[in-house]
Amino acid sequence: MKVNSFRILKDRTANGVMFFLTVASLLVIVVMGVGLYIKSAPIIQEYNLADLLFSSSWKPQKGEFGFLPFLMGTLLVTGIAIILALPVALLTAVYLTEYANSRVRKWMFPILDILAGLPSVIYGVWGTLLVVPWISTKLAPRFVDFSTGYTALAGGIVLGIMILPLLVSLFIELFMTIPNDLRDSSMSLGATRWQTIKHVVLRKSLPGILATVVLAISRAFGETIAVLMVCGNLPETPRSILEACYPLPALIANNYGEMLSLPLYEAALMFAALILFVVILLFNLISRIILYRIKPC
Amino acid sequence: MRKRTYFEELFFKLLMLLSTIVVVTCVLSITYTIIRTGWKSMSWSMLTELPRSGFFLGQANSGGLLNAIVGSLYIVGASTLLGLLVSLPVVFYINIYLNTKSKFAYIARLVYDVLFGIPSIVYGAFGFSIMVYLGLHSSLLGGIIVITLLIIPIFIRSMDEIARQLPRDILDVTYSLGATRLEVVPVALRQIAPGIGTATLLSIGRAIGDAAGVMFTAGYTDSIPTSLSQPAATLPLSVFFQLSSPVKAVQDRAYAAALILTVIILLLSIGGRLLTNHFSKNQIK
Repeated sequence: MKVNSFRILKDRTANGVMFFLTVASLLVIVVMGVGLYIKSAPIIQEYNLADLLFSSSWKPQKGEFGFLPFLMGTLLVTGIAIILALPVALLTAVYLTEYANSRVRKWMFPILDILAGLPSVIYGVWGTLLVVPWISTKLAPRFVDFSTGYTALAGGIVLGIMILPLLVSLFIELFMTIPNDLRDSSMSLGATRWQTIKHVVLRKSLPGILATVVLAISRAFGETIAVLMVCGNLPETPRSILEACYPLPALIANNYGEMLSLPLYEAALMFAALILFVVILLFNLISRIILYRIKPC
Repeated sequence: MRKRTYFEELFFKLLMLLSTIVVVTCVLSITYTIIRTGWKSMSWSMLTELPRSGFFLGQANSGGLLNAIVGSLYIVGASTLLGLLVSLPVVFYINIYLNTKSKFAYIARLVYDVLFGIPSIVYGAFGFSIMVYLGLHSSLLGGIIVITLLIIPIFIRSMDEIARQLPRDILDVTYSLGATRLEVVPVALRQIAPGIGTATLLSIGRAIGDAAGVMFTAGYTDSIPTSLSQPAATLPLSVFFQLSSPVKAVQDRAYAAALILTVIILLLSIGGRLLTNHFSKNQIK
């Protein structure tokens, strides 16, 4: 009897400890949100939220904090990345699930793993070695007089490749959830493989595809180092994709740590982090909930 | 009509092949570029020497990357251990202590997925602001804490992915012998061993490659930290800070660091595959 009650006590204690660890690690997200809000509160109280978000004048020395150039920079780079990556990822995923034989798959999965595993500085180095010179010597001269190559386009290309593995692996997971019966019944009615993909597989997984794209957007939104290395970082609203831009994460990375002397500068940078946090939190929540519905956990 | 269907299929099939080739080309191009430029800058002294004040022009040997290699090892080693210590109990809690249909488990998984999506720059900025609040300077300890927070969601979700596929029968059999939930844990541990292995490698990969998180919190230095309160250099930051240098010897260090990082990632990726095969022997399918 005594032995048993000791075992039960151990079980209960473990329960308590594990519950505490779980709750503590979950609370990180709350603490982070509240912390960022408290830190950026001075600037939110000082200025109008709309002024902060839609003014394009960034002069911290004069106390002017307009985030528009950075927001536009982030949107532009993310937009280019999604436009480039989405078709490639979708077609690759369809090919790997519907057409490719097992040998191709056996080779492709490790390759996607490597792409997903490479650190963002590596993408940055690759971007400065290949993409930036290509834009400045080959592509840009056809459209503009001069470009250093450090442009929004370079950021978009690098970022597009970075989100490829995420997109492809989530798409593959999605297409796997489509029951084979659906494919079989479509084909038994005489549809070709491509017609089945177009009318059955893609249509059935449309909500999942949208959720995945939202997830990829949020990933691209927060990517820092690689984009920072190839984007040029000029705090002006970019007018074309062949101009330098300055995304939000790059703003934080470049200035945080050395700005503590200027008033409100720290609050401004924390506000940038807060924008990132809120947008990414919402995007992630929405897309994950949709994906959980499709593939119940 | 028949012909159109045929050509449409052919057209898209070609596009698909093309996309797949594009993906493969990207991977090959990145690894090839990094290895080729890195190899030219690589030397034995890169791995074994601290950087000398190589900003003087004309110095043939400006030392190596030992500071960044050791710094990265410290941070990755410590945060992987800490991360494992926190994540394992959480995974067991969600999968064994909680009911399969538990609402709490659902919310927990959702939050870990969201935490996984939060970019490391936000972790870094948040961590640094707390360090400033506590009056701490950028240090090894700060880097370890931020990287630990960063990899916990990856640890948990990738182990959880495996743990969720645990056959309930095994647990039920153990329960029916009179085991408590805690005593079921070792049984489950054997089953998810390959999952723990791959999750660890995944987390190491993420931890060693992260630059934005350690940028403010761990700082950068030319020497090897001797205590937790000293700043520490890391490989990604040594790429980032030295790449734009006009001095070739310094730039070489950046390329060499990039090569080291890439090789580590390749090894981790290969290791992951081998590990999965090796550890699966205790697994009941």
